[in-house]
Amino acid sequence: MSEKTTFEPVIVGFTCNWCSYRAADAAGMGRMKYAPNVRLIRVMCSGRIDPQFVLKAFAEGADGVMITGCHPGDCHYIDQNYKTMRRYELLRRTLVQMGLEPERLRLVWASAAEGQILADEINDFVETVRALGPLNWPKWEKEETRQLIEEAV
Amino acid sequence: MSEKIGVYICHCGSNIAGMVDVEEVARWAKETFPEVAISRDYKFMCSSPGQELIENDIKEHGLTRVVVAACSPHLHEPTFRGACQRAGLNPFLFEMASIREQVSWVSTDRKIATQKSKALVEGAIRRVVYHEPLEPIAVDIHPDVLIVGGGVTGIQAALEIADSGYHVYLVEREPSIGGHMAQFDKTFPTLDCSACILTPKMYSAGTHPNITLLSYSEVEKVDGYVGNFTVRIRKRARKINEELCTGCLLCQEKCPKKIVDDVFEVGMAKRKAVYVPFPQAVPKYPVIDTENCLYFQKGACRLCEKVCPTNAIDFAQEDEILTVQVGNIILATGYDLFDCKRIPQYGYGVLDNVITSLEFERLTNASGPTGGKVLLKDGRVPESIGIIHCVGSRDENYNIYCSSICCMQSLKFAHLAHEKTGAKVYNFYIDIRTPAKSYEEFYRRIQEEGTFFVRGKVGEVTDFARTPEEEGKLIVQVYDTLAGIQRRIPVDMVILSAGLEPRRDAKEVGKLFGISCSADGWLIERHPKLDPVATMTEGVYIAGCAQGPKDIPACVSQGAAAAARVVGRIQQKSILLEPVRASVVEEQCSGCRICNDLCPFNAITFDEEKNVSVINPALCQGCGTCVAACPAGAIVGTHFSNQQIMAQIEGLLDLAFEPSE
Repeated sequence: MSEKTTFEPVIVGFTCNWCSYRAADAAGMGRMKYAPNVRLIRVMCSGRIDPQFVLKAFAEGADGVMITGCHPGDCHYIDQNYKTMRRYELLRRTLVQMGLEPERLRLVWASAAEGQILADEINDFVETVRALGPLNWPKWEKEETRQLIEEAV
Repeated sequence: MSEKIGVYICHCGSNIAGMVDVEEVARWAKETFPEVAISRDYKFMCSSPGQELIENDIKEHGLTRVVVAACSPHLHEPTFRGACQRAGLNPFLFEMASIREQVSWVSTDRKIATQKSKALVEGAIRRVVYHEPLEPIAVDIHPDVLIVGGGVTGIQAALEIADSGYHVYLVEREPSIGGHMAQFDKTFPTLDCSACILTPKMYSAGTHPNITLLSYSEVEKVDGYVGNFTVRIRKRARKINEELCTGCLLCQEKCPKKIVDDVFEVGMAKRKAVYVPFPQAVPKYPVIDTENCLYFQKGACRLCEKVCPTNAIDFAQEDEILTVQVGNIILATGYDLFDCKRIPQYGYGVLDNVITSLEFERLTNASGPTGGKVLLKDGRVPESIGIIHCVGSRDENYNIYCSSICCMQSLKFAHLAHEKTGAKVYNFYIDIRTPAKSYEEFYRRIQEEGTFFVRGKVGEVTDFARTPEEEGKLIVQVYDTLAGIQRRIPVDMVILSAGLEPRRDAKEVGKLFGISCSADGWLIERHPKLDPVATMTEGVYIAGCAQGPKDIPACVSQGAAAAARVVGRIQQKSILLEPVRASVVEEQCSGCRICNDLCPFNAITFDEEKNVSVINPALCQGCGTCVAACPAGAIVGTHFSNQQIMAQIEGLLDLAFEPSE
């Protein structure tokens, strides 16, 4: 890498056990190279993804969060990913209210066979977040916010 | 923190160590986390010595938690859980980080890959601290089995299971079992007659006391999980009383209505409105095709009713809905033939005497429309025949995969065409692929028989003559890649060796049974090499061409393999499932009922007396949607608790991304 100043975002990706985690496995097995900025967490179903988890990830320093799951209609638990879809829309609105760019959160459907789709989406998302710049939530929390709270107390 | 964690970083030969500095990750884990009592790297953690390393450390150092960073947990989580268990540690106090599939295999920079591995390992270390000892849930296995698809694969699987003493429901959409194999004439490379080897199996499947044959039927709904599926099957009305019918087929003989048979005879011959698809059909009972029957369409005729000696015709018969309980399911739904009309330059459907492979099968079949004579549309015997390989296969415009059977099928056609007509036979191929026992020998035999082999993809089949010799012929335009020239070869008949495609409704079938299809549309196996007949869904197996193109021996092997897996399962009587379940902490439940409507398995009910929601652990499948939804945080999900996931998020994000120099 020639430019040391290039911003490298950190992305947390939530994956479901049945489709998107296996898509990550498939990407690996196919030796599909993708941006190393993403760190994945496995849950059983995208329906398990509590909005708190997303906010927690931002608070801990993630610049972007990916929610991934089975395609609509393919959910291992019948239709729980539809609930994910609803939560995702609400969460995006919440992010706006909190002053965040909603583009920092992305929903991706990837079946167990779609390693390439997952890899492409990760690459694309990393570039999107890179363009948005660092979020630096922990910094605000740790320095400014904490100071403000201390002053107030 | 009083936990003692053992961390193990696998080299996986050079698979991981080639891209990740595994020693550094191990060293860093020990130095950074006070809870990490031992941190090692080892060449192959999954090997016996690798597992013993973990076992000995648990015993000697009293480890209370174990983290292994290696391949995907879908591959070796059970292996390492086993190691923990053998050493007396509850297997759920273990966590795995996938640094092969998610790091080494997808990264290009060693420093960044090492850093990402550390982040994933830290996530696992932070998470495992909150793991709880759990016991797997035992579920009883219902001994009955459902097999969908009555082709040779499904028949083989059904017979194997039935012979083992277990009951099988064999469901077939068409009026008879037999599948594509029943349509074939000869089978490669032995050239034994397809019907001669298949019909005894069909008969056995139709009469076996342990097989309930449900032909002309389709599965409509599947509920439940491994060990206990509830399956709803629609048995379509044959309009024939099977109790009374003797299969004499007087009705078929007398029926005045003739229709082109698009299914079994692929449009090459006609059948009656009351019919059995072919003489050896199993079951032997005919079907009244209500869309073409004169009585159903025009209200008059009923000739079949008059001639039936046993009064078996039942015009009032209605579809029957059966609900059956089964413990395991095998899907052997087969394939569809590539639609050759999609390649207009080959002229199928436009030019007479351009036929598909299946049409040629019927043409050479002794029970087919011409009694086994290979004839042109006008009744002449062809003097020259062109066989085009790879039609719809190995072609990025249609399907990029190899259909696996077409080379051998085309060689077989060359032999049969030559034998029956004495015609000059040209095989137009891209590559000849004969990778099975006695296949290459068959190829040599066909070469020696004098078949002409032209290497090149055919550009066009046309009847537009440029020279007098081409007049009245089909001209095959091909670039001969061996000679490096364009050729125009006039022939009388062109056979398109069409590729195999997933069933048109493969995706719906996948959805019905909770399994997925590959990008090509074939049903996906659990592991392409090590678990080819199981699927991601416990209790659902796939076999034969539903999984991908394959020849008859491979289909039979897979049918038998799936049967063996199922019988093994049944004999275990019960299966252990992951104890990932949700439960309500009553003291915290406010009774808001938000969770009540979220569960697709109806596992959540409301206790009116206590004013709290209750989760039935037998119905809960552990998706965790209710856990995420509870506004009071009153629902706890085992092995995926808020605490565990939050800790993992913290761990993953502890290290910032430092770009390489």
